[in-house]
Amino acid sequence: MDMETLYRGIREGRRRAVARGLSWIDEGQARGNDLVGRLFPHAGNAHVIGITGAPGVGKSTLVNALTLQLRRNHQSVGILAVDPSSPFTGGAILGDRIRMQDSVDDGGVYMRSLASRGHVGGLSRATFGAMTLLDAAGFDVVLIETVGAGQAEVDVMRFAQTVLVVLAPGLGDDIQAIKAGILEIGNIFVVNKGDREGSDRTIRSLRSMLGLAHPQAWVPPIIKTSADRGEGVEELAQAIAGHRTYLVEHAIWGQMREHQAENLLEQALQDIAADIAKDRRLQDTWQKSVSQIREGQPAPHFARELMAQWLKATAEGE
Amino acid sequence: MNRMIRVLVAKPGLDGHDRGAKVIARALRDAGMEVIYTGLHQTPEQIVDAALSEDVDVLAISILSGAHPTLVPRIMELLRGNELEDMLVLLGGIIPEEDVPAMMDAGVRQVFGPGTDTQDIVEYIRQNKGMQ
Ligand SMILES: Nc1nc2c(ncn2[C@@H]2O[C@H](COP(=O)(O)OP(=O)(O)OP(=O)(O)O)[C@@H](O)[C@H]2O)c(=O)[nH]1
Ligand SMILES: [Mg+2]
Repeated sequence: MDMETLYRGIREGRRRAVARGLSWIDEGQARGNDLVGRLFPHAGNAHVIGITGAPGVGKSTLVNALTLQLRRNHQSVGILAVDPSSPFTGGAILGDRIRMQDSVDDGGVYMRSLASRGHVGGLSRATFGAMTLLDAAGFDVVLIETVGAGQAEVDVMRFAQTVLVVLAPGLGDDIQAIKAGILEIGNIFVVNKGDREGSDRTIRSLRSMLGLAHPQAWVPPIIKTSADRGEGVEELAQAIAGHRTYLVEHAIWGQMREHQAENLLEQALQDIAADIAKDRRLQDTWQKSVSQIREGQPAPHFARELMAQWLKATAEGE
Repeated sequence: MNRMIRVLVAKPGLDGHDRGAKVIARALRDAGMEVIYTGLHQTPEQIVDAALSEDVDVLAISILSGAHPTLVPRIMELLRGNELEDMLVLLGGIIPEEDVPAMMDAGVRQVFGPGTDTQDIVEYIRQNKGMQ
């Protein structure tokens, strides 16, 4: 498929085009970046919701239940679920789809598994572009399930308008051990496996900790769910809608676009830096720089030198 | 970053255990591939929708129940209906020798019987994907 066909297919929300476009973005080449650039102006309408929390708390099961609920409310749903890649082989087993079978069986839902590919922070490098694509394809809601690593998945708050932090009782995730970071990024807290012993205690300690952490206008609600039976999920969908209203009324919703545009620029800069680092035309300068840095010369000087040479070589090449 | 090989490991039909499918999934992961595993009891419709949505290069189907004569042609038909006839489709599990030609006629590219070395499957995928 060429860029034009792909672009039009995505804008019409065609499944095949959406799937192929996501592959372009995932492979991290220029054509994927170009595609994101073309789609970005058409994004900004979807409500992007991040779902994060320790491994096994029930994030995928919750995404499934929430998707069914959103469908009942006549909203179309795009889902991205990130699982870790092996740092040794680069391979990955992407298993989140197992728990989402009930909800993905529906034309109004599209689900895609992504591997983290060495990216830290709970998402993959391609997640932002992928989210932009689903947004531009017209999905009303985009759900992003992060890698279940525990504490460091703060990346998601840079992209998502609403972040759900999911906890469960009795997973050894003693509330005391939950790092402040994850408490600060949550706009809504979900205590899942509400059918399990100890969920009320988890809610109580969470409430007392949140009292300290959140001095601002939005007080994050705590919702108890049993995702595998769909209990509490209607209430969760209401809390999510409430957060959206809050963002819009406080003019925060529009600011997110600013952050997203900024992110696009940052990512483009990083891509250029990566291009420079592996540009064969600059190999000699690279080698010389490395040996001089070893002798104690300042690295930034050589970075600027490389960049200048790259700009020149690229301008000449065009 | 280049294009990773993405494989959907699918278990259609009613057979109740997926040890073999999981062994394959792990072997492919260890060979550096991205493996989407969707669990037991998948319908042909679910499998083809997953293959389409996940934009996989390879569909590896595992069937132990003996239902391959109906399931496999149905999956192939749905693939064609979604313009996915180029996909590399592999079949494993318990497939009697005499059924293999019919499976290949239906569009399966290779059948791997019980006791196949997972490394052979890895090699087959490496050599044949992208050669459609
Ligand atoms: N008792 C109970 N079990 C649940 C509930 N929700 C999910 N589970 C189970 O918890 C296990 C893990 O669920 P997942 O949805 O895969 O959890 P996850 O957080 O997505 O896991 P990772 O993606 O591996 O981090 C599964 O066996 C689910 O069936 C619940 O509300 N109650
Ligand atoms: Mg999960």
